Amino acid sequence: MNFLVEPFLSNTFLLRALIAGMLVSITCGIVGTFVVLRGLAFIGDALAHGVLPGIAAALLLGIPGIIGASLGALVMIGGISLITQRTRLSSDTAIGLLFVGMLALGVVIVSRSTSFSGDIVQILFGEILGINDQAVLIQVTATLILAITAAICARPFLLLCFNPEQAQVSGFSARLYHNIMLAMIAMAVIVSFQTVGTLLVFGMLLAPAGAGALLARRVEAMMAWAAAIGSLSVYVGLLTSYYLNLAAGSSIVLTATIIFFIVLAIKNIQLAQNQRQGGEAHG
Amino acid sequence: MDKSGMLEISPVITASRLDIGYSKETIVGGIEFSLRAGQSLALVGVNGSGKTTLLKTLVGLLPTLAGNLDVLGTLPGKSPARIAYLSQFHASSFILPMRAIDVVRMGRFANHGLLGRMDSEDEAIVIQSMQRMGIANLAKMPLRSLSGGQQQRVYITQSLARRADVLILDEPTSGLDASGKEIYQQVIVEELSRGAAAVVATHDIQEAMNSSCAMLLARKVIAYGKGAEIITPQSLLETFGIVITTQANQTGIMVVEREHEHNGARKY
Repeated sequence: MNFLVEPFLSNTFLLRALIAGMLVSITCGIVGTFVVLRGLAFIGDALAHGVLPGIAAALLLGIPGIIGASLGALVMIGGISLITQRTRLSSDTAIGLLFVGMLALGVVIVSRSTSFSGDIVQILFGEILGINDQAVLIQVTATLILAITAAICARPFLLLCFNPEQAQVSGFSARLYHNIMLAMIAMAVIVSFQTVGTLLVFGMLLAPAGAGALLARRVEAMMAWAAAIGSLSVYVGLLTSYYLNLAAGSSIVLTATIIFFIVLAIKNIQLAQNQRQGGEAHG
Repeated sequence: MDKSGMLEISPVITASRLDIGYSKETIVGGIEFSLRAGQSLALVGVNGSGKTTLLKTLVGLLPTLAGNLDVLGTLPGKSPARIAYLSQFHASSFILPMRAIDVVRMGRFANHGLLGRMDSEDEAIVIQSMQRMGIANLAKMPLRSLSGGQQQRVYITQSLARRADVLILDEPTSGLDASGKEIYQQVIVEELSRGAAAVVATHDIQEAMNSSCAMLLARKVIAYGKGAEIITPQSLLETFGIVITTQANQTGIMVVEREHEHNGARKY
């Protein structure tokens, strides 16, 4: 069993990747649960791509990528609410439009610099094997902030998942807590881009939480499942990439996706068995 | 179901010259009614007649377009702990990982706000409410494994758990089986006699007859008053379009529904 542990003990960069990856998993477990339950996948996707021009511009100007990413996310969310409030276009049109626009802007910015091609791959797919202690620290801080926010807003968030009208009628502004939720998704995307990249962070938001939704009976349990499945994916993904010399970030997300489909298959087999045994459906 | 014996109490809901609808479109205009503690108001009409619009306006989900509306001495939506709302549709019971008891507990959130502690008293109210609706044995069951009728009982229970002064219920009996409807009717009687007021959108003419007062809606107020007085074949014809009377039926009146188009005019 030594080969399952040894790579992490003898390579600090791999151990750091494991820790950072698990933190990303916790972050995405909390936030991804709301993305899945509230059907915000498309807006999460848009954010993941919307931050791209911000990061690219920041790297071009020599300022921290995280600041550029935050600005990109702000423009994205602002643009979406502007379009949906000022026109009769539905939000998926607004999101789709801005998503493509921001992606194009990112590529345009990148094309200004010839020495940039390495960086774009890094932005999209992350650099989990090359992150430093500072990035881990940022990830720890973000995870704490998101966990505390989710705990404080637990009641309105549960009500929003149940029925936004019920949240409003219960005295919690549906719009305010929806916006807090969006800000949390943005934060998860922004801090996670260094580890798994903007393209792959989205997989970490969806796959573990999706599997969690199938397994859990309670929202809290769904978060725990999502964080655990994410962490397992990070471990398996890193190990696979170490031995088979595969891209680390992509291996992690691929593992998470495979786990989701395994859970889905098991659940479907269980369901089929129950139906065969029970015979009677609920009336 | 008037709670007689109560002295002059000021109404819990008063509407005068009230226009309701969505931002630019008035659905029903000139609504006048008032409701006191212990009274129930039944809203009768087809889908699209303005029942849900009125209920949403009463709980503050929709702004009033004109006129005055006073709910519990203030504007609609200003006293969440005192008003419970059962909506007609629930988004994602299909995926939502929640047990029946978790859904009912959410009914207590308004009483405590963001961070107020929920204690054993809340838990007792939750359990008791579930017992009243006959779903105590389903408490630990995942919502998504329950039948439509059982889920509807869970949602009604959530509204009961608020211990609200006003119950706003949008087609509470939809999806309920016969025993569920019976339990619901019993529970409403209990709620009214403890002093709550209820506004209920319903397709059930008998329920409207039993209510303190009824309002017939068809994108305008067809009639408003004591159910037994205003529910006539003529007023039902105006409300529903088609009425078939049969003597075999206990209510004496059977309704065949016709839906109103949302733009008001129906073209053939």
